[in-house]
This record gives sequence, C-alpha cells and structure tokens, in this order.
Amino acid sequence: MKYMLVTLLLIVAPFFLFAQKEEELVKKVKSKLNQVNSYEANGIIKIDVSFIKAPNSPVRVYYKKPDKFTVKKEGGISILPKGGFSTNLNSLFMTDGYTIVPAGETNLQGSKVKIIKLLPPDESSNIVVATLYIDEKELLIKKSVITTKESGTYEMIMLYGKYSTLGLPDKIDFIFSVKDYKLPKGVTIEYESGEKKSSAARPGNQKGKIEITYSNYVINKEIVDSVFENNK
Amino acid sequence: MPAIIRVQHLSKQFGEINAVDDLSFSVDKGEVYGFLGQNGAGKSTTIRMLLTLIQPTGGTIEILGLDLQKHRNEILRQTGAIIEKPDLYKYLTATENLRLFASMSGVKVSGKRISEQLEMVGLADRANSKVKTFSQGMKQRLGIAIALIHDPQLIVLDEPTNGLDPQGIADVRNLVLHLSKNLGKTLFVSSHLLSEIEQVADSMLIIDKGKKMAEGKVFELFGSSGSIVELKTNDNNEAIHKIMQSSWQNLIDKYDTDKILLKLNKEDIAVFARYLVDADIAIQSLSARHSLEDYFLTLTTSNQHVDAFKN
Amino acid sequence: MWTLLKIELFKIFRRPRTYIAFAAIAAIIILIQLAFYSDGENFLQFGMQSLKESFDIKGKILSGYLVCFIILQTLLIHVPLLIALVAGDSIAGEANMGTLRLLLTKPVSRTRFMFAKFLATLIYTLLLLLFMAILSLPVSLSVFGSSDLIIMKSEMVVILDSHDVLWRYFAAFGFAAIAMTTVASLAFLLSVFAENSIGPIVATMSVVILFTILTTMDIPLFNAVKPFLFTNHMLNWKGFFEEPVNYKSIFKSGLLLMGHIIMFVSAAIFVFRKKDILS
Repeated sequence: MKYMLVTLLLIVAPFFLFAQKEEELVKKVKSKLNQVNSYEANGIIKIDVSFIKAPNSPVRVYYKKPDKFTVKKEGGISILPKGGFSTNLNSLFMTDGYTIVPAGETNLQGSKVKIIKLLPPDESSNIVVATLYIDEKELLIKKSVITTKESGTYEMIMLYGKYSTLGLPDKIDFIFSVKDYKLPKGVTIEYESGEKKSSAARPGNQKGKIEITYSNYVINKEIVDSVFENNK
Repeated sequence: MPAIIRVQHLSKQFGEINAVDDLSFSVDKGEVYGFLGQNGAGKSTTIRMLLTLIQPTGGTIEILGLDLQKHRNEILRQTGAIIEKPDLYKYLTATENLRLFASMSGVKVSGKRISEQLEMVGLADRANSKVKTFSQGMKQRLGIAIALIHDPQLIVLDEPTNGLDPQGIADVRNLVLHLSKNLGKTLFVSSHLLSEIEQVADSMLIIDKGKKMAEGKVFELFGSSGSIVELKTNDNNEAIHKIMQSSWQNLIDKYDTDKILLKLNKEDIAVFARYLVDADIAIQSLSARHSLEDYFLTLTTSNQHVDAFKN
Repeated sequence: MWTLLKIELFKIFRRPRTYIAFAAIAAIIILIQLAFYSDGENFLQFGMQSLKESFDIKGKILSGYLVCFIILQTLLIHVPLLIALVAGDSIAGEANMGTLRLLLTKPVSRTRFMFAKFLATLIYTLLLLLFMAILSLPVSLSVFGSSDLIIMKSEMVVILDSHDVLWRYFAAFGFAAIAMTTVASLAFLLSVFAENSIGPIVATMSVVILFTILTTMDIPLFNAVKPFLFTNHMLNWKGFFEEPVNYKSIFKSGLLLMGHIIMFVSAAIFVFRKKDILS
C-alpha cells in the first residue's frame, strides 16, 4: 500500500513541477485579459447546423466582468449554443481556484501552443474540465475545449487580429454537439414533394458550428446591468 | 294564325321509362292552351322540355317559329313561366325577387313596373316583405308576377292553381283570361283538373302515360260528345211532357223519374233555364255534368283515372 | 356576364349563411391571438423544447409574424369547410330551394350561368381569404410586434429575418387563394350532382379531410401517394417560408392545383350543360 502511494507520487510529482510554469502562463494571460473590464462589439453570427436554416444575423455582443455576457439582435432572434457563451473564456479566467494541469504542446494556426487543462475547484461547478491551447509568445488562447456537465463539450477556436493585444478575438468558431431534432409531421403539417429528402439530418448526435465574427469593439465603456437582463 | 308552339314527335326516355312518347301538338298565337293529364302523365316533363330544362330524347320543338335548340335564348326572352311550386328566394323580398328574375331575363325594370306587377297580383302592400313570410297563395301570385315581369309573348303555367284556395283559383282564372283576351298573350296552362282547363282554355291537349289522347278546340271536343245537363224538377213527368212539346225536345238524351239528361251547348244552358222558368217548370236543380269528363272516360283505359278527373 | 355575376354576388351576400364563414374566421383568429397573448410563451417553450436542449435562443420569438404563421397553419385546414359551405350550395342550394328551374328558363346559356356562379364563388373565396389575411397579419403584427420568424418544421428549423418575411406572406396568401379555389371548384363540381347542399358540402369535406389525413400521416405507404393528392399541394404555401425558396416545387404545386381547378370547373360545366333539371 505504502509502495503504491510512493509510486503514484513519483508519477504525479513532475506535473506539479511543471504546473509552476504553466500557472505563470495562465496568470499572464489572465492579467492580459484583465485589461478589459467590459466590451461591446458588433458581431455576425453564422449558424452551421444541419437542421437549422438561418440567415447570417448581425448582433450586438455585450460583456462585463466578471461573468456577464449577452448577445442581442435588434428586432430579431439569435441562436447560440446552449451554455456556450456563459462559459465564456473571460469568465472562466475571472474565477479563481482552478487546478492547472499541463498537457504538453502542439501546433495550431501555424504557431506553437501549450496545452493546459483546468479543473474546477469544487464539484458544484458546471465545468468538468477545460482544455486551453495557449500561444505562449502572444499570450493568446487559440483554442479551448470545455466539457460541461449539462451541455456537453464545446470547442472554441479563436482567431485574433486588431484586438489581440487585449486578448479579444476577431472570430470565434464554436463547435459543439447537438441532439437530433425532429417533430412529428402531424404537428407541423408539412408539404410532401415526394422527392427523397437529402439525408441532411443524420440520426443521433451530430456536430454543429456557430461562427461569430466581431468588429468595432468598444472597450471598457460602462454598460448598464439591465442590458444583461431579460435574456429570453 | 301562326303557331306559337309547334311540337313534333317529341319524346323523352328516363332509362327504360317513356315519360313522353311521340307527342305532337301546336299552340296558336293568342289562345289559352290547356294541357291536361293526371299526375305522372308526362305533363311536367313536356313543360320542362319546352323550357329547355330537360333535353328531349327525340323530336323537335319550335317556339315563335324558331327551333328551340338553336335559338334557346331568343325564345326564352319571350317566355315567362311558373313551373310547379313557385319557389323563390325566401331570404329576398318580393321586389328583390322580381328585380332579380327580370334582369336574368335581360330586362331592366323600373320601380313603377315592379309596383304595377305587384299591384296586379295583389301584393303591393307586401313589396318589401321577405318571401319566407308569404303564404302559398302569395308565393304563387308573386310567381305569376315574375313570369310576367319581362312582358313575354308566351306564358307557361304549370299547375298554376295548386295549393290555392277557391278565391285564389278564381283570381288565377281571371288573370289568365285577362292576359289572353285583353293583352293577346299566348298561354300554355297545365292542370290535372278538367274543370279548371275547361273554363279558360280555347284548345286543349290531353295526355296519358306520355301519349297524346286527344287534341283540339275545346268547343270541338265538347261538341263531339255533347255537354250533358242534368235537370231535376218537382214533377219530372210533367216536365218531360212540356219539354217534348217545345223546341228543346231533340236535345233530350234520356230521362227517368229521378232526372232528365239533356245535351246542351254551354251558351244554351242559360237560355234553357229561362225557358224552364217561362214554361213554369219547378226546378230543383239544373247542373252541367262535366262533359269532357265523360268524354275522357271513353278515352282513358282504366277506371282509376276517373277519380283524378272527377272534381 | 357582369349582370349575371352581380346577381350571383347579390344572392351570396344577402344570405346569412355567407357571414357564418366570416364570423367563424374572425372568432378562430381572435381566439388564437388571445391564447397567444395570454399564454403564448409557455406554448412556445413547449414547442421548442427539443431545440432548447442544444441552443440558447435569444430575442423575441413570439411575434406577429409567428402568430400569423400559426393562424395560417391552423386555419387553412378548416377554411375549406367554410368555402364548401358556399361553393357546395352554389347549384345544389338552388335546386333544393326550387329556384334553379326558374333560373334556367331565363335567356342565359347554362355555360354562362355556370361561369357566373363559379366566379361568384371565387370572389367569395378570395374575400374570405382577404378577410383572414387582414385579421391575421396586420392585426397580429400590431398586437405582437415584429421579429424574426422562426418556423419549426419536422426535420428543420428555419429562421427568417424580419425584413425578409412580409413578401412571403403576400406570396403565401396568393398561393392559398389558388389552394382554396381548388376546394371551391371541387365543391362546385359536386354541387352539380346534388339536389340539396348538405351532400356536396359533406362530400367535399370528406375528400379534403381524408386527403389531409393521408397527407399528414407520416407513413411510408401514404408518402408514396402524397404527391398525387391535391391537399398535399395545398400546403405548399409553406414553400415560401423556406430558405432558399424552392420556386420550382411551388410552381409545380400551383400548376397542379390550377389543373385541378380547370378540371373540376370544366367537368361541372360539361355535366351541367347536359343535365336534365328535375328538381
């Protein structure tokens, strides 16, 4: 028994040693992101889900520290992956106490990135594990994979441009799994053309993608809290 | 006199049944033409063929000198009709019904003409009442007004006295005579009642089971069989004796102690009555037996027909 | 012809029966609007359950456009009854009243008479739809406001930008007019054969209901038959709410319905021209 424990310590110990370094990195990224207390930006949402047909819709995106986030479309409807943006990156970072576990390195968007896993500090958190791919040089999160208890796994790929110094992306690709969608035809009363439907809807779970392209960030301007209410 | 209606070899089959069978007749201008037959004899079918409601299986119909098939609308413009019951738009008023059917006939009618027509049929005070509030007789009269509103040459009346009270029947009779004698219209009137036709018709056609039984001037039909007048007096023997002495003697058909039967023309009945009074014969009753009825008896094959015509 | 048409319209619009349809439509539409006004959110939550499992839907879903769509979807199934009520009565009703025989002794050819009758029925149908359109679109918009339109189909969710919706309704009502005229012409045809109006009304409704059941049942055997049912094509007003709109399919449906109309009306006229009027 004792032996086993020692062996385990020997295996785990190097991670803790590394973790020191990784923690530094996360801290740096965090302080970079911390420059932004709030922002507003124009966004264009593009939905790429097999069973949803929607036009690219222009929205206004609002964020306020530590974890307030919303998207509004004037006189319209906008669709976001469930829980996706509330587990926003910034908000992830603004919460303390995550356990940091290094998981190696890889190449992403032509640059070297460090892979870091974050584990939530307590059981009650919705996040099970978050994997971040951080560009060490630019201190930017290029990709993250977040597994939640309620809404499955989300993958986010960030592309940076003008606002990279503040850690704000120009574009986020959201990739997530969606449940199959089907309503009985008796309810929807549909026209039947007699042609074979192209098998657009595959059975079971499938991947959906939502892209948001940002522009015209307005940073650190006071946003009233009421903006975040009424998120119907 | 030109024929207003000329029907030749007209027939209509409904499946196996010959409703009208090789019927030919003609109606002269200005006359009242009686069309007699029991219910189911083919009267309605014939009338409906005259009015283009039913397609004949065979034969030709000419009206106003034109072929009905080819000149349907021209002919119908000059025709007014009541077909069986006078069914009208119950949710419309008398005036609205009149106006509607007039414009269907291609005639624009003035309010004055409408009031005149309603006046004529005695409905002036109900001009703006909905037809659903009308009695059968009122509907019948409105039906007649509708048949006349566009001032047609030929008027077809199918059983015009059906469902009318005695006063109503008399009104219709007078109207028919007025239209014929005073306005020179040609009337084609059907009935299953001999008495009715006899009183107004100049000519008549009798059909049974779709076939022509007789056609001709009422007077001729009447003359050929003679009109029988039945006389009852307080003392028939004395009466017989007196009549035998007079110029009426040749007209005695037969007699017994109960009654005396004489062959008399209609016009002579009154003269005969005056003679009886002058001759001091005490009359219990003097009545014309329906001579056409008797006539018809000889024509129809089965006895059950008799009842239909005895009325 | 104009005189004849005026007479027919006069007859239609002087009858209380005609207004039953208008009252019924008004009642149904107002009821739907009231229901959505009081409890629409819950209803929508229910309808969107399966979508909400994967997505956050933000913004105003309950809009006048959506209510109008639901009204159309609900009502276009029932309006055929109201149309049959008048169209089925067109000839048979006159036969039953006894006015037909008198009408047909008037100097109007039967063909023209039938055209006038059909045109009057058509006008009634169009007025009914117009009435329905006004109650369901402008009224819903003023009560519920405008927003993007989200349409839940059996295998697809379509979201249309609010500025991209109105023309679709115009097109959809136009298509619905053709669809309803098809029903009217069927009732009109059946009306020729009957001597009271209940027969053709019930027969028309039976055909529409039977075909609609076949249309809405998602059973492979029936699916093969669906393209041949005119009721199925009647639903293709929904085609205008697809993105992109499949004009070919809508055009085909429209053409097919027009074909039905021409067939039904010509058959009605053909039969009526030869018919012996015995009523």
